[in-house]
Amino acid sequence: MSLLLQFLFSGLTTGSVYALVGIGFNIVYNSTSILNLAQGEFVVIGGLMMWFFFVGMKLPFATSVALTLTVAATVALLMERLTIKPLLKKGDLLLMIMVTIAVSILIRGLLMFKFGKDPYTYPPFTEGEPLVIYGAVITQQTLWVIGITALSIVILYLFFNKTMLGRAMKACSLDIKAARLMGINVSNMVMLSFIISGLIGAIGGIAITPISLMEYDKGAMLSVKGFCAAIMGGLGRGRGAVVGGFTLGILESFTAGYIHSGFKDAVALLIMLFILFFRPAGIFGKTETLRLRKF
Amino acid sequence: MKFFGKLLLIILAFIILWTSPSYCKEPYKIGAIFSVTGAASFLGEPEKNTVLMLVEQINKAGGINGHPLEVIIEDSKSDETQAVLAAKKLIEKDKVLAIIGPSTTGESMAVIPITTSAQTPLISVAAGASITQPVKERYWVFKTAQYDTSAVEAIYTYMKKTGIKKVGIITITTSFGDAGRKALLELAPKFGISVVADERYGPKDTDMTTQLVKIKSAGAQAVINWSVGPGQVIVTKNWHALKMGIPLFQSHGWGSKKNIELAGKAAEGVIAPLGRLVIWDKLPDKHPQKALLKKYVTDYEARYKSEPGTFGGHAYDALMIVVDALKNAGPDKKKIRDYIENKIKNWPGTGGIFNMSPNDHCGLDMTAFEMVIVKNGDWEILK
Repeated sequence: MSLLLQFLFSGLTTGSVYALVGIGFNIVYNSTSILNLAQGEFVVIGGLMMWFFFVGMKLPFATSVALTLTVAATVALLMERLTIKPLLKKGDLLLMIMVTIAVSILIRGLLMFKFGKDPYTYPPFTEGEPLVIYGAVITQQTLWVIGITALSIVILYLFFNKTMLGRAMKACSLDIKAARLMGINVSNMVMLSFIISGLIGAIGGIAITPISLMEYDKGAMLSVKGFCAAIMGGLGRGRGAVVGGFTLGILESFTAGYIHSGFKDAVALLIMLFILFFRPAGIFGKTETLRLRKF
Repeated sequence: MKFFGKLLLIILAFIILWTSPSYCKEPYKIGAIFSVTGAASFLGEPEKNTVLMLVEQINKAGGINGHPLEVIIEDSKSDETQAVLAAKKLIEKDKVLAIIGPSTTGESMAVIPITTSAQTPLISVAAGASITQPVKERYWVFKTAQYDTSAVEAIYTYMKKTGIKKVGIITITTSFGDAGRKALLELAPKFGISVVADERYGPKDTDMTTQLVKIKSAGAQAVINWSVGPGQVIVTKNWHALKMGIPLFQSHGWGSKKNIELAGKAAEGVIAPLGRLVIWDKLPDKHPQKALLKKYVTDYEARYKSEPGTFGGHAYDALMIVVDALKNAGPDKKKIRDYIENKIKNWPGTGGIFNMSPNDHCGLDMTAFEMVIVKNGDWEILK
C-alpha cells in the first residue's frame, strides 16, 4: 500500500509538469494549428530566471515571481511577433514549426551563455518536514507543484469559458475565418495564446525547480514529454493534456517501480503508442476533428 | 648611415640575447588535445586552463633545463574525428615530443592507434580502463585519471569494514553510469557484498523517489548512486526526504562544493570516495600531496575564479609527468616513454601517488581516494 502510494506521488510530481507543458502546447495549437516546440524552454526560463531574481539578486519571493513571469511573457511575445506573425499569412505550418525549433535552440544558447551548464536550485516555497501519508512520503514542495498545477487548470478553464477574451480565443480555435468575421482580432489572439502558454510553462518551472533542479538544456526533454501528454489526451483538448500528463507521469513511475527503472521511458511511450493505435485522436479527441486537422 | 643602422641592429640583437638567456635554447614542444568546447567542455575547460597556467609558471622559472616549454593546445570539440585530426596535426606538422589528452575515453580510444603508430607517448586524462589495458597493446599510452574500479573498491572496502553486506545501486544511463554500474556489479562478490537492487535513471529525470523506495524495500543496507550532474543532487534530496535510514554513497563525481550547496541540508551524511584535490585543506601537513595541491588549487582559484576540480588535476598530472621526463630523459620520444614507465614511482600528483610500471600505465589504485563524509556543509575525512 505505501509502495503504491509512493509511486503514485512520484508520478503525480513529474506528471504535473508534463501536464503544464501539454496545456501550453494545446493553447498555441488551438489558435494557430502549429506545435510550439519551444514550449519546454519556457519551463527552463521560469526556473532559471526565478533563481536569478530570488537567489542571485536576493529580491523578495513575490517580486521574483512577478519579474520571472514578466520575462517569460516578454520572451513569448517577442517570439510570436518576430517569428510567427510574419509567417502566419503564408500559412506554411511546417515552416512555422521549424521556426519554433530554431527559437528553442536560440533560447537554450542564450541561457547557456548567461547561466553556464551548471544546475541551479533555490529553497522550497515552505520549509518543513515532509508529510507521511499511509507510510508514503510526500514533500511540501510536491504538494505545491500539484496544487499550483490544479489552480492553473481551474483558472484557465474559467478564462476560456467565462470571460469575453477567453471566449474570443476559443472562437479562433474553432474557426478562424468565422472569428474574424465576428470582428475578433485574430492576430492579437495568437499573440495572447503564446503569452499564456509561455506563462504556464514558466509557472511550472518556478514550482518544480526546488525539487528537480534546473539547467539550461532541460527544455528539450520536457517538450517531448509534454507533447506526448498533449497527443495522448487528444491534441487541442484542454483536459486531455491534463489527463495525458498525469497518466504519462504515473505510467513512468509505475514502470520504474513494478517492472524496472531502465524501461521507464520505453514502456510509458509504448503504452502511449497503444492508446493511439486504438484511439488515434487521443483519449478525449474526436475522430471527426482528427480528419479536419491541418497538421 | 647604413653602417650605423647595421650597428644598431647588432647591438639590439645582443641586448635581446643578453636579457633573455633562457630563450637561447630551442623550445620543447608538447601537444595537448582537450574537449574545450562541445558536450565534454566541463572537462576540457579546466584542463586547458591548468595547462596554460602551468606552462607560464614553468617558463617563468626558467623552463626545462633552460629550454622553454611550448604546449600546443588543440580543441577536439568533444568529437572523435576532430581529436584524430588534431593528433595527426600535432605529430606531423608540429612534431611534438608527447601528447597529453584527450579529455574523454571515446576520443582517447580514437587517438591511440595514431599516436602508437607514430611512436609518440600519449598521456590521456580520461578515466576508461580500456585506455591503458591490455597494457601490452598500450606500449605508448598512459593515463592520469583514476580507474572507476578503484573508486568502487574504496567504497566496498569501507563497507566491508563497517559491516554493510547488502547494497542497492542506482546509476545514470550515460557512459559514466554504465562504467560504474559494471564495476559495482562485478566487484561486489569479491568483497562479500550482494547487490539486491539495480536501478537506473535518465540524465534529465526529475524524481528518483520510486527507484529509492524499491531499493529500500529490497532490504538494502546502503544506497550507492553513480552519476555526475544534477542527478546526484536529486537522488540526495529524495534520499533525505524519504528518511530512508540507510547511508547514501556517491561516486567520485560527487567532489564539488557546488553539490553540497545545491543539496543543502539533504547532503548531510552522504559518503563518497574523493580524490585528495577537493579536500587538500583537510589533509595532515606531512602528506606528500598536500603542498602541491595547496599551490595548484590556490593558484588556479586566484587566476580563474573557479575551482579546478578533479579534471583540471588530471591535466596537471599529465603535464608534470611529461615535464619530469623531459627534465631527466631529454627530448627523445622513446626515452620519455621509458622514463614514465619505469621512473614515475612514489610520484605525488594531484590524483594520488603514482606508481607506474610495465604492468600498469595508470599507476593509481584505491589508495588515491579518501572516504569523505559531508558534515555541517563541509567535507570530513572518515578514518
